[in-house]
Amino acid sequence: MSILIKHISKSFKDIIALKDVSFEVNKGELFGLIGPDGAGKTTLFRILTTLLIADKGKATIANFDAIADYKKIRNSVGYMPGKFSLYPDLTVEENLEFFATIFGTTIEENYNLIEDIYIQIEPFKKRRAGKLSGGMKQKLALCCALIHKPKVLFLDEPTTGVDPVSRKEFWEMLKRLQKKDITILVSTPYMDEAALCDRIALIQYGEILEIDSPQNIVKHFPKKLYNVSANKMYELIESLKNYEHQYSVYPFGEFVHYTDQRDHFNPKELQQYLETNNLKNITIETTNPTIEDTFMELAK
Amino acid sequence: MKRFIGFVKKEFYHIFRDRRSLFILFGMPIAQIMLFGFAITNEINNVDIAVLDHSKDATTQEIINKISASKYFSIQQFIERETDIESVFKKGKVKAVLNFEKEFSKKLIKENTATIQIITDATDPNTANTISNFVNSILRNYQQELNKDIKITYQIVPQTRMIYNPELKSVFMFVPGVMTIILMLVSAMMTSISITREKEMGTMEILLVSPLKPFQVIIGKVVPYIFLSVINAIVIIVLSVFVLKMPVQGSLILLGLESVLFIINALSLGILISTISKTQQTAMMISLMGLMLPVIILSGFIFPISSMPLPLQVISNIIPAKWFIIILKGIMLKGVGISFIWKETLILVAMTLFFMGLSVKKYKIRLE
Repeated sequence: MSILIKHISKSFKDIIALKDVSFEVNKGELFGLIGPDGAGKTTLFRILTTLLIADKGKATIANFDAIADYKKIRNSVGYMPGKFSLYPDLTVEENLEFFATIFGTTIEENYNLIEDIYIQIEPFKKRRAGKLSGGMKQKLALCCALIHKPKVLFLDEPTTGVDPVSRKEFWEMLKRLQKKDITILVSTPYMDEAALCDRIALIQYGEILEIDSPQNIVKHFPKKLYNVSANKMYELIESLKNYEHQYSVYPFGEFVHYTDQRDHFNPKELQQYLETNNLKNITIETTNPTIEDTFMELAK
Repeated sequence: MKRFIGFVKKEFYHIFRDRRSLFILFGMPIAQIMLFGFAITNEINNVDIAVLDHSKDATTQEIINKISASKYFSIQQFIERETDIESVFKKGKVKAVLNFEKEFSKKLIKENTATIQIITDATDPNTANTISNFVNSILRNYQQELNKDIKITYQIVPQTRMIYNPELKSVFMFVPGVMTIILMLVSAMMTSISITREKEMGTMEILLVSPLKPFQVIIGKVVPYIFLSVINAIVIIVLSVFVLKMPVQGSLILLGLESVLFIINALSLGILISTISKTQQTAMMISLMGLMLPVIILSGFIFPISSMPLPLQVISNIIPAKWFIIILKGIMLKGVGISFIWKETLILVAMTLFFMGLSVKKYKIRLE
């Protein structure tokens, strides 16, 4: 077991940041912590990286206790905070060298670990880190967090503020790192990234809603889900929200995801209702719930 | 050890890449020493005065000659009427008027007394005081010359000697003060800012989640600034000796060692400030308000401590700058050795240890 979290609670003054959080992450697993801003992800990361002490509960990382063995944990984990936390006035190379030195290693020693990533930013190695683009910064930060070959890697919202292409590349890198036997705990507010994890935990208001693989987590969706579309989007949403039997209505791309309160729901009825509301080109089809639908449903 | 050297190297990158701070670091001492040395002075030199001579005889002429011969005064004009006194002052042309009474010589010989009125412009009380003292002493000298052949039965002759700074040069007073202020500010402010910057940028979070120990981080932050402050101290001493002609009577090595002690004292204060402030701005405000003002006002640099109200005199004891100024004046002007300033040195050592102990205790190994 790489990460073991048991009944962790933490509050700041009168704000409850984490409420009885428990889960475990297996060795070599890519585990996602999915939740909106303010859900308590960063607080949990800080407790696991020994930066904060939980009010209640116990956590072990790589079999070290988060409080008693904090020094050992600091030697064996890599941490990439949500905010860009490198030295902007140092060059790419100097940053990497600095982090290698303070962890008592050299760039050469673990170069194979970061090679895939570093090769992309190497052309800019003489550039100051503050002048890199968002995606480059994150790649450099990942290199710095990896340079000492950590057993467990903590990545707090690594792709926030990064363009879609770089995001995709970033996740491909994580997949490759996983094969090198590094346990990765990553948090993200993006649901599409959740699908790339081995297992995910949905978190909101400091509470874990559900833990499962991305494929299975959608099975926790309790209702039948319909894709509804019509010629006028705004009127469609308004009409659906006013429909007496509606259970949930969320816009989803060009469709509206709709669920009904009744167990025996007849789409024809809904179609008639919408037609009386002057909507045309109405389509109603069943669809599979996504992680986002599941999250919205569980967070209700 | 390699980790530590890596950390210090990183600190030097920060310092040398921040051009503006570097400019302040080395520009400020030079500018301050020059300002205090040349521009700000309470000496008098070539003060313009006016003379109203009602008798115009040999004696008054002799006194006037003596006065205009001294380098302190230059006689700007002669006036004829009492009413002119007010107007020359109002025009601001002269700082003092000498008014000889009528028949000055005659009275002096016949009645043994003659009066001369010294009127000074006291809008600047210090200058006015100095002027009247200087005129008085010139007159006293002249009087002694007159009385040289006459035997006076009872006479007390005060012989004043100003030692350590016979010419009363204000530079001698300012240099130790300015050196103290600069070392205090540079060391304390720069370290407190550089530590809080790591907190503000979030890099402190990463440093904490690393095998670096707290004392390694603190010492690593301090070492570059010890180095820079020593260079600063050297620049100040060289400037004051060669440009401002400030003497260093005592041992240069002792002066150097005491300066290093004071620099470490200021640095540990800087670390203490950084442990209690979260942002660079707070750190700077605390350093400026909390250090600069007491150093200027309570250290005895400008205002003598002995003439302060008792509560302030007591408070002045906890200002490290006070003790360092005593040490500096002792070494530079009096040329004393460690046997005369061991008490002040010991106080600085104790203060340094106290600040350091407190900072290590207050340094957080976690975020809160």
